[in-house]
Amino acid sequence: MTDASTLPNSLRSGPATQANSLRQQPDSRGHFGPFGGRYVAETLMPLILDLERHYRAARADPAFKAEFDELLKNYVGRPSPLWLAQRLTEHLGGAKIYLKREDLNHTGAHKINNCIGQILLAKRMGKTKIIAETGAGQHGVATATVAALFGLPCTIFMGAVDVARQQPNVFRMKLLGAEVVAVESGAKTLKDAMNEALRHWVANVHDTFYIIGTVAGPHPYPQLVRDFQSVIGDEAREQILEAEGRLPDMLIAPVGGGSNAIGLFHPFLDDMDVEIVGVEAAGEGLDGKHAASLAGGKPGILHGNKTYLLQDADGQITEAHSISAGLDYPGIGPEHSWLHDIGRVRYEPVTDEEALASFQKLTKLEGIIPALESAHAIAAAERIAPTLGKDKIIIVNCSGRGDKDIFTVAEALGVAL
Amino acid sequence: MTRFATAFAKPHRALVAFITGGDGDTAANLDALVAGGADVIELGMPFTDPMADGPAIQAANLRSLAKGTTTADIFAIAAAFRQRHPDTPLVLMGYANPMTIRGGDWFAAECGRAGVDGVICVDLPAEEDGELGPALRAAGVDLIRLATPTTDTARLPAVLDGAGGFLYYVSVAGITGQQQAAQASIDEAVARLKAATDLPVAVGFGVRTAEQAAQIARVADGVVVGSAFVDIIARHGDAAAPHVEAFTRTLADAIHSAKEIAA
Repeated sequence: MTDASTLPNSLRSGPATQANSLRQQPDSRGHFGPFGGRYVAETLMPLILDLERHYRAARADPAFKAEFDELLKNYVGRPSPLWLAQRLTEHLGGAKIYLKREDLNHTGAHKINNCIGQILLAKRMGKTKIIAETGAGQHGVATATVAALFGLPCTIFMGAVDVARQQPNVFRMKLLGAEVVAVESGAKTLKDAMNEALRHWVANVHDTFYIIGTVAGPHPYPQLVRDFQSVIGDEAREQILEAEGRLPDMLIAPVGGGSNAIGLFHPFLDDMDVEIVGVEAAGEGLDGKHAASLAGGKPGILHGNKTYLLQDADGQITEAHSISAGLDYPGIGPEHSWLHDIGRVRYEPVTDEEALASFQKLTKLEGIIPALESAHAIAAAERIAPTLGKDKIIIVNCSGRGDKDIFTVAEALGVAL
Repeated sequence: MTRFATAFAKPHRALVAFITGGDGDTAANLDALVAGGADVIELGMPFTDPMADGPAIQAANLRSLAKGTTTADIFAIAAAFRQRHPDTPLVLMGYANPMTIRGGDWFAAECGRAGVDGVICVDLPAEEDGELGPALRAAGVDLIRLATPTTDTARLPAVLDGAGGFLYYVSVAGITGQQQAAQASIDEAVARLKAATDLPVAVGFGVRTAEQAAQIARVADGVVVGSAFVDIIARHGDAAAPHVEAFTRTLADAIHSAKEIAA
């Protein structure tokens, strides 16, 4: 492996200490530019402040990092490979495409990285119960997994509609010993699961730790989830330097709340020669039902932070839609809103139909069944790669595996299983 | 004197009554609250995601939105209430997004125009005061802050800084309309709060009966009842007003006749 110390400074992902670094957000009050913050009920405020203190101490503690790294290596199976997708590259006839294989992690997606970090924090804070929200069930499974590993009781809040359409994951969580609460309020999907998790938390703050699944929620969640997921970008950086001797020209990742994307992007934010593309779920199209908060929303306040939201003129939240349950959320992490506004990251929409086509294409060309979330990023790569020369390099985050999605895809293709 | 000061200067403790705007016949229900003896009215602004509320008020929010209630409708209800009841303090209670979507200045100006005396914004802690606090105070509208069982002595001054109208003590760590706190813990908390502020202290969350209300009124300046009213409106729909008035009278009698004890 290339010794990082022999590389020019510009290629090393050192600590973000430059004066104009884009990697120093958020500020002490949890703001990424005008986004982020701590918009929670007073009951939660002291707990949020306590979490922030504990996180700051943990970040500075080598023992915390050592335990985190050890679990990622021997339990999660990191580092995840960086795979040169040769057949996809040849098929598209343009830039060279590498896949960051988060789908090969234990539990099948990037979600576990964050869950490991947060359960270590919970332990550090002396909390004895774990709760989480989940949409498709991936974060719920990852949370139930770490709760089993640490022997802590765990309750997962999941919209009743999602419970019905994601039975295999519901059963997995139960096998792992978690209690799954089917949430009957609102549209009975991810947003409502998060409301219900917050309601439970506010009544159980003394002993309960809430493992939020994405880079959203009140400060310090967007920061700490990003930090735990940044292992993706740190590894990818080292791996591409080893494989190609240089940084990539472009990064592409799917964005729902945006935790896999920020994990890949963050270590590269100060490398201005690396173009960065986030992919939002355009569902049935931006003039129909979709989940593209940046393309079709405006700034507002929900679930503890200020960020782009799908909403009406009165600030009522509107329902999101995506074929990918993991992207089916009417908001986006506040750091993404900021990166969008300052123009550092370009966000592009991809529809259900495009994602379905890419899901099948990657499966046939590379023998990799991607999660529908990841298929959105593949679709964007298919659009962009042919417009770039063969000397260009793109890293696409294959954020999860698609086994969980085969029923959805079969139904969309009119196949009875 | 402000309407709040007048209401809390009465020779008895205050009943603070909450209903969700646009759920049922809101104008008739507001009149029933005043006729039954409520001293302060809280009008809930419906929101799609009321994450601090229990099932009763969640359902009321969704019923109201399903009928098409808008922010303009809420201000129209408030302005009409002010015409009919010049002296009863009126509070808008809700969530940050509907209150800030057009900017804090816009919201504060609309409150001023409609004759709203105070605002409770559930998910706007002191740390994020800038969204709404300066605009409301400039418009002469009180920002009513919440204190909770988790608000410790070190934090209390931050909560009180910029607070107006009255201090709302959320007596249980939880959501609206669920279990009630032990009376002893309420007594202790109210004493602690009153030592730290001259604002009147009203106690709410989980108060559903006249007996509970009377107990709390022995130590607190006001007692907040919400979910129990919302349940009546859920049960009786557009014909809820007489039932609302009868229940208000029961609560008001209990609270108004409560004898103060040294907290």
